[in-house]
Amino acid sequence: MERDASSLGRVERPLAERVIEALLRLAALVSVATTAAIVLTLGLESASFFSEVAPGDFLFDTQWTPLFAQRHFGIWPLVCGTVLTSFIAMAVAVPFGLLAAIQMSEFSSARVRFWLKPSVEVLAGVPTVVYGYVALIFVTPVLQAVVPSIGAFNALAPGLVMGLMIVPTIASLSEDAIRAVPVSLREASLGLGVGRVSTIVRVVLPSAFSGIAASVILGISRAVGETMIVAIAAGQQPRLTLDPTVPIATMTAFIVQVSMGDTPHGTLAYRSIFVVGAALFLMTFGMNWVSYRLARRYRRLT
Amino acid sequence: MMEMRRRRVPLGEIVFRALCLGAVVLPVVSLLALLLSVAAEGVGRLDADFVMRFPSRIASQAGILPALAGSIALVLLTMLIAVPVSVGSALYLEEYGNRGRFAGVIEVNITNLAGVPSVIYGLLGLEIFVRFLSLGQSLLAGALTLSLLVMPVIITASRESIRTVPNALREAALGMGATRWSMVRSVVLPMAAPGMITGSILALSRAFGESAPLIIVGAATFITFLPNGVMSAYSTLPIQIFNWVSRPQEAFQANAAAGIVVLLAAVLCLNAVALLLRHRLQRR
Repeated sequence: MERDASSLGRVERPLAERVIEALLRLAALVSVATTAAIVLTLGLESASFFSEVAPGDFLFDTQWTPLFAQRHFGIWPLVCGTVLTSFIAMAVAVPFGLLAAIQMSEFSSARVRFWLKPSVEVLAGVPTVVYGYVALIFVTPVLQAVVPSIGAFNALAPGLVMGLMIVPTIASLSEDAIRAVPVSLREASLGLGVGRVSTIVRVVLPSAFSGIAASVILGISRAVGETMIVAIAAGQQPRLTLDPTVPIATMTAFIVQVSMGDTPHGTLAYRSIFVVGAALFLMTFGMNWVSYRLARRYRRLT
Repeated sequence: MMEMRRRRVPLGEIVFRALCLGAVVLPVVSLLALLLSVAAEGVGRLDADFVMRFPSRIASQAGILPALAGSIALVLLTMLIAVPVSVGSALYLEEYGNRGRFAGVIEVNITNLAGVPSVIYGLLGLEIFVRFLSLGQSLLAGALTLSLLVMPVIITASRESIRTVPNALREAALGMGATRWSMVRSVVLPMAAPGMITGSILALSRAFGESAPLIIVGAATFITFLPNGVMSAYSTLPIQIFNWVSRPQEAFQANAAAGIVVLLAAVLCLNAVALLLRHRLQRR
C-alpha cells in the first residue's frame, strides 16, 4: 500500500535502514526455519527408525512394547488410545461448545457477553498439569463411585476433563462463525413465522457450518496433541482397546514416558519417540490444514 | 385470538435456551468447583516454608523454591528471546514485506506452527538445542524451545495491533521525510506497543504453565540448588507438580495441590492483566 512512498524519490537508502530491514526479515524467517527443522528432525529420526523396523511391522503389528525385551513396534495401540481419549473429549466439548456459542451469539446482550466470554476462556488458560491432577484425584474417584470396575488409571476421566479444556476452543470459533451469519437471514426466517429455535437450528447453524466444522476439527487436533492430562491420568499401558475403563497410553503420553527415563541417544527406543512424533505431527497437521481451509471459506463468504 | 397479541414462548424454546445457558454455566461452575477442591486440599500445606524450601524425599519437608526460581528464570529468558524475534517478525510482515509472496509463505507457516502440539516442540528442542547445539539439559535449551512454542502467540497479537495504527499517520511521517525505520520506530511501535505487551503477557502465562516439552528437553524433577546461569540444570513448578502427582503417597498429593495453588495464582493473574489491557485497548 504505502510502499510507493519510499520508491518515489529513488534516494539511496542509508545503510542502517538496510541492516534493520535485513534483521527484521531474519526474524520473520525464524518461523520458516522452525517448520523446516520440525520436518527435518522428525523425518531423519523416522528414517533411521525404519532402517531397523520394517514399516509393515509398524503399521500392522498389534502390540507396542519398545521398552520390553520382546520388542514390538505396532503403532495401533497408541493411535487407539489417542482416538479413544479424543473421542470422549469431543463428546463433551462439541455439545457444550456449540450450545455455549449459541448462547453467546443469539441469547446474550453485549453486557452479559462481556462477562461470559472471558469466564469461558479461563478454561483454556488453566495449565494442563492442573487438569491432569483434577482428572486423577477428583474425577476418577467419582467415576469409580458410579462404576466400581473403573481402574485408577483409565481413558474416561482424562477424556472428560480434556473435553472441559476444549470447550472454549469450539465455543469461541463457532461463535465467530455464527455471528458472521447475516441478520437478514434470521429476519427472513422469523418473518415467515418460523420459531426462534427452528431458525437457529435450520437456518443459522447450516449457514455457519463451515466455521463450526473448522472449530470442531481444531478441537480434535487439540485433543490429539494434548499430553499432560493423559500422561497423568490415563496410565501408560499401550493396548488395543476401545474400553474407556482400563489404563491405556496415547501417542503423546508415550513420548513423555520415554523422555522421563534415561533413554540413550541413538537407541531404537529413542528413535521411536520421533516416529510417534512424526505420526502425531502428520495427524494434527492434516486436521489443522482442513480447519484452516474451512475457516477461510466462511470468512470469504462474509 | 388472545394469543395473537402476546407471543407465548413455546416450551421447546424455553428448554433450548436453558440448555444453551447451561452449556456456558456448567463448564465454568464445574471448573470453579474443581479448582476450589484443589485449593482446599492444598491450602493446609501452603505456608512460607513450602515456598522457601528445597524438594525432599519426606513430603512434609518438601518445598518448591528451586522449581519456582527455575520457572521464573525460564520464562524471563524465554521472553528475552521470543519477544524481540516475534515483534521483529510482525513488523517485517506488516511494514516491509507487504503482501509479497515471501510474506505469504511466512504467514502460512505461522498459522501452521500455532497448531503444532507442544510435545513436537519438545522433540525439536531435544534434537536441535539439546543435542545438535550441545546445550544439554540447560535452562537455555528449555527457553529456546519454549520461545519457538510461544512465538506464534506474540506474532499474531503484534500483527493485529500493528494493523490498528492508521495509515494516515504512516504517510504523514514518510511525507515529512522520515525513513521507513524511523517511521516504524516513532509512529508504529509506540501505538502498537500495548497490543504487543498483551500478547507477550499471554505468551508468558502459557510458558509458565507449560510442562510437556520441558520434560522432553530434560528439565529435572528433583533439584536441590537454584539456577545459577543459563547453562544451569533446572526444574519448573509444573514439572515439580507433575512429579508429586505421579507418586502414590497421599502426602505428596497434598504437596501437588499446594503447588497448583501457587501455579494457578500466577497464571490467572497474568491472564487477568492481559484481559484488562485488551479491554482498555478496545475502548480506545
